[in-house]
Amino acid sequence: MALPSYASPLQRAWYYGFRILCGLIFFYLMFPIAVIIPLSFNAEDFFTFTSAMLALDPDGYSLKHYVDFFTNPDWTMATRNSLTIAPMATIISVALGTLAAIGSSQSHVPAGDHGGADLADDRAADHLGGRDVLLLLVRGAAGHLLGRRSGTRDPRHPFVIITVTATLVGFDRSLTRCGVDGGRSDHDLLQGAAADPAGRDLGFGCLPSSRRSTKWSWSSSWAGSATNLPWQMFTGLREQISPTILAVATLMVVLSILLLATLEILRRRNEKMRGTPN
Amino acid sequence: MTSTAADSTTQELSGGALKRSLARALRRQKIRALMLTAPLLVFIVVGFIMPIGSMLFRSIDNRVVDDIMPRTVAALADWDVDSTELPSEEVFTALVADLQIAAEDRTALLLARRMNFETAGFTTMVRRAQRAVGDWDVATDGPFRERMIDVHDGWGSLETWRAFKSYSSHYTIGYYLAAVDRTMVTGHIEPLPDDRSIHLMLFWRTAWMSGLICFMTLLLGYPVAFLLANVKERYANLLLIMVLLPFWTSLLVRTSAWKVLLQEQGVINQILVWIGLVADDNRLTMINNKFGVIVAMTHILLPFMILPLYSVMKTIPPSYVRAAKSLGANDWTAFWRVYFPQSVPGIGAGAILVFIMAVGYYITPELVGGPSGMFISNRIAHQWTVSGNWGLVGALGTLLLVAVLVLYWVYDRVVGIDNVKLG
Repeated sequence: MALPSYASPLQRAWYYGFRILCGLIFFYLMFPIAVIIPLSFNAEDFFTFTSAMLALDPDGYSLKHYVDFFTNPDWTMATRNSLTIAPMATIISVALGTLAAIGSSQSHVPAGDHGGADLADDRAADHLGGRDVLLLLVRGAAGHLLGRRSGTRDPRHPFVIITVTATLVGFDRSLTRCGVDGGRSDHDLLQGAAADPAGRDLGFGCLPSSRRSTKWSWSSSWAGSATNLPWQMFTGLREQISPTILAVATLMVVLSILLLATLEILRRRNEKMRGTPN
Repeated sequence: MTSTAADSTTQELSGGALKRSLARALRRQKIRALMLTAPLLVFIVVGFIMPIGSMLFRSIDNRVVDDIMPRTVAALADWDVDSTELPSEEVFTALVADLQIAAEDRTALLLARRMNFETAGFTTMVRRAQRAVGDWDVATDGPFRERMIDVHDGWGSLETWRAFKSYSSHYTIGYYLAAVDRTMVTGHIEPLPDDRSIHLMLFWRTAWMSGLICFMTLLLGYPVAFLLANVKERYANLLLIMVLLPFWTSLLVRTSAWKVLLQEQGVINQILVWIGLVADDNRLTMINNKFGVIVAMTHILLPFMILPLYSVMKTIPPSYVRAAKSLGANDWTAFWRVYFPQSVPGIGAGAILVFIMAVGYYITPELVGGPSGMFISNRIAHQWTVSGNWGLVGALGTLLLVAVLVLYWVYDRVVGIDNVKLG
């Protein structure tokens, strides 16, 4: 969409105006996230820039909120809970999701073509207003840790299902037939032909899955009456006690950047494997 | 002739065998597909369908009254709510008998709590009554009507008995009535007084604010998606990261960022004071009100609008717009008549996705909303944590669920659930 040399002044103005507009929207998207990073190094217990910080005085900055995060038992316990629950939830949801996706991508699903769609439908759960209420009700049914786990796991397997189903449905079935003609067993086929493209999408499904599990686990802590990282942030924010929240937020932003970078690398690798030039 | 007949028999035979073996293979495939899906189905039923069922059930379950006061409820069967006379002595005798058992089982206050959700004052009445009836003898100490009224005036008021009778059935629509600001304490469905009506207002506020947020995300998301779809893929991927980073960042991080930005001593007010737009003693109030919720939620939900729009716009062939222009359309006409209609599915997908998510938001309104920016979900949480009114929580949750399911159904009909690509 480069500007042609014969563009009129109006078109020129619009071309640049439109880009400025988009720049402002990108600014709106990024600014709030960017602004908390320097603030997390605040030497004072404020949520705002002090004059020493604005003057770039080294005394205005400190790592004390990070120190607090790593030493305060409230936070370390919450972190430990998050770090144990999120991978568990991811593994379980990936396992369930992958199996179901392979199942529903086969051409003769008992429930008909809607098998996958129906399963995916509970992604509605993710968007449902009743979700938090539901989780609360889960609490009555499930035990302590069990309840917490099922609480976290619930909203995410649809992501895995959708991504994996999408690959497997788009996956060229003639490859499988070719394999069968060649005398391979189903197991070999799953290993060879299907698993590789699926493996990539497992990555795609997994990453949002683990991210979302940390994200949703705050609501699960309601259900499990245990504290974890997001829950600790939530209460901290409500009571406005300490800027340690900003340090945690910064760490979480860094975590998402790392995950995002991983995804981008996976995507590029995949493109290279398929041989489609960028 | 004979050879033809023999041929057709063989054909039939082999045709039948083939059919059978095909059917067998198909069945095996079906079973395999089912077995693979089974763990997830079980999980969904246990972790998702059952809690919903339990919520639906709680919203109508009212057995507590009849369980604790079975004789009184039975004796009240003949009494009419419109009657201007108190229930008969028989009812009061049953009441005393029930209260004696309930006081012993320590269940009387459960009943009082249930009735207190509908009309105030029951707790005191029941507490006093259960203390008094302890040493009465049901068989000999009657009549009880006057004695009960002596214990607490409330037992002699028609309102008490009307409310009790209205809410004594096993299953009740009472919680749903409360969820839409109605009551039947008089035996007839009536609106609650204005100072106690909050749910309809909150439902309405949730709806219009979600609609506005949805519109704002569309307004901001469309240009960005258009840019992403029309620049070189190299740049598009880089720009997409700027969309995906907020999308991937925890909701709480983004909400806390807005809290930092918007508060009275926050970054935006600081900047405005510094450049002299706002006086230091006259800082803008941007948090704990509707403005804060709209700004923060628009930011948080913007990626959910951009991504479906982008995935639709990427499939629109640029040659159509070029063709329109070469046929004499100006830029605006080419966009409005050719490009825009093709991007409508993306708008539909994004708008319904954002709206559905916004309707159920809890965290952001809780943290930046304050009382005037409260959503219905905050009220549900309040009913849960403060009042402990599970039935009302169930009813409110069910209403929200039904509203969202209707939207979801529309979404599926209009755009199809599989057409959305997120990240």
